Amino acid sequence: MTETNLSKTPKAPADAAPAKGATVAVDPRLLVREEGLTGYWTDFKRKMRSGELGSVPVVVGLIIIWAIFQSMDSAFLSAENLSNLSVYIVGTGLISVGIVFVLLLGEIDLSVGSVSGLASAIFAVLAVNNGVTEWVAVLAALLTGAVVGALHGFFFAKIGVPAFVVTLAGLLAWNGLMLKVLGTTGTINLRDDSLVGTLSNHYFAEIAVAYGTAAVAVGVFFVVQFLGARRRAAGGIPSRPVSEIVVRTALLAVLAFGAAHMLNQYKGMPLALLIFLVVLVALDFLLRRTSYGRKVFALGGNTEAARRAGINVELVRISVFSIAGTMAAFGGLMIASRILAANQGAGTGNLLMEAIAAAVIGGTSLFGGRGNVWSALLGMLVIGSIANGMALLGIAAAVQYMITGAVLLAAVVIDSVSRRTQRSAGRG
Amino acid sequence: MSATPVLALRGISKRFGAVQALTDVDLEVHAGEVVALVGDNGAGKSTLVKTIAGVSPADEGVFEWQGRSVEVNRPHDAQELGIATVYQDLALCDNLDVVGNLFLGREIMRAGVLDEIEMERRARELLDTLSIRIPSVRIPIASLSGGQRQTVAIARSMLGEPKLVILDEPTAALGVEQTAQVLDLVERLRERGLAVILISHNMADVKAVADKVAVLRLGRNNGVFDVGSTSQEEIISAITGATDNAVTRRKARTAGSQS
Repeated sequence: MTETNLSKTPKAPADAAPAKGATVAVDPRLLVREEGLTGYWTDFKRKMRSGELGSVPVVVGLIIIWAIFQSMDSAFLSAENLSNLSVYIVGTGLISVGIVFVLLLGEIDLSVGSVSGLASAIFAVLAVNNGVTEWVAVLAALLTGAVVGALHGFFFAKIGVPAFVVTLAGLLAWNGLMLKVLGTTGTINLRDDSLVGTLSNHYFAEIAVAYGTAAVAVGVFFVVQFLGARRRAAGGIPSRPVSEIVVRTALLAVLAFGAAHMLNQYKGMPLALLIFLVVLVALDFLLRRTSYGRKVFALGGNTEAARRAGINVELVRISVFSIAGTMAAFGGLMIASRILAANQGAGTGNLLMEAIAAAVIGGTSLFGGRGNVWSALLGMLVIGSIANGMALLGIAAAVQYMITGAVLLAAVVIDSVSRRTQRSAGRG
Repeated sequence: MSATPVLALRGISKRFGAVQALTDVDLEVHAGEVVALVGDNGAGKSTLVKTIAGVSPADEGVFEWQGRSVEVNRPHDAQELGIATVYQDLALCDNLDVVGNLFLGREIMRAGVLDEIEMERRARELLDTLSIRIPSVRIPIASLSGGQRQTVAIARSMLGEPKLVILDEPTAALGVEQTAQVLDLVERLRERGLAVILISHNMADVKAVADKVAVLRLGRNNGVFDVGSTSQEEIISAITGATDNAVTRRKARTAGSQS
């Protein structure tokens, strides 16, 4: 008989009494970080080993890319170039934020390029050709995106067609509709003093705006962290020590004020960048702090578990595709605003690939359930930097595509490997 | 042990088309008692559990809850009564942390926002009272071992403060050490006065934690045994329906060859 006798709890008494009612906040059985720098280092190593890479690879990559371009052309890290880069990434970045939501479900949306083109066409035809009030035309364009996305979601969630195929059909169909909407005109130019034109072409020349934005960001970050730690301490659960919060805030402050200083050396804070940042903060809050966001993550992790926990799976799926459509439309408007035109080429070419690549390069997993909206910003910074740096050096588009492709492949490899490590680390 | 059972099933029958899955089955579970439900594949264990959990209600029979006759037609009805079911496929989200999983679908909110702090505090409290050892409540489920995941899944069922917990093969995929952890937890559930129905194929587990063994065979009751006074062979013969079966023959043979 090979049956091992498992009877009656061999070691229950020894560890069954974890100091009930005691005020000790730290339970000895739990992973506790050592105090000070050594603690951070061991914790960091543990995360790296178990595959929780987060944004580390992309940040390292970005630093390398910037170092290389700067060494080849000293104009790369100039205020003007970085300021232009920050405006350039907004349109595709907004589309990429929508992609992040879809990727979190473990799905893909191939239609976002076409939807963004359709939205810009609808806006331009309404506002320029038919004289509709601009903000009404903007709302109509965004609403189109939301409805189109919800339609994709409906076919995916209710009918059960794979999202890949539904949005592939959308890729074609919405591109066709855009051409139809634009009609024989082909290209509709926008004025740079119009509402949408302003979005990408306005800079806050007052230096107070850029610094103020940085100050608000740093202040809010500190207050939220500090109050959170206080409540945690009051509730008797481990909390970040104030020293750590101060260090984190200081790091953010260096970054934020550095960026503000740099932007002020050129034309000041670009309105487009401010919009992008506000959207990122808002959607990050939605994903991480609300029960809706928790549902999105749960669906990406284990759909069956989510269903059993009473989550309305179909509704969440439809809403996520609707968000992707809305963000695509928003991004399309920002691109139209940057190039001051809605044309037949809008939403085609490598826009779709860039939006998806940005999300993945930024650290959002293709396999669902892992990622955050900031990966859209980080990923777009990488892609934008490569495009911008190569253009600066006069390298042909052909090489640019190959390098961007290689970066995307590297990101996906890191994603796949870290996912595997995470799985195997669980068996320890 | 109270006189009125928490759950009493009387004359439960269930038919799927031409197949009579359950015939006139009785089952009683008292508070603070672990009843192992055993039987061969196709004996009707899963069907009976689904009946109790409200997933597929019985065609005939009486469902008594704390002495009262009740109707359980939906999973929701069973949950309302205080029946928690932990299924074999754990239904946890790998990417969420322990706290996120425990409170999935019943998040604690504060001013419209997730109250992570309160959830973490209650999660720790719960894990402490059950003496569940997890490296951290803030690491993703993916980085826990199989046994730890199973204990989290069981702890999750405890949040609804159930009176009866049904565990469907909780140790099926676990190693020796991890099995011991889960069995410890089952004993703690009993100590807290819960009624537990444990489905298992593993006789060692059954002998280790169960008070009574209810045997199903071909959709019928085939005896309820007191674990203390019954030998493993008797239970096995009740499961297989004969004293002469593959298990006893094998045992006789191996015993013979070893001596």
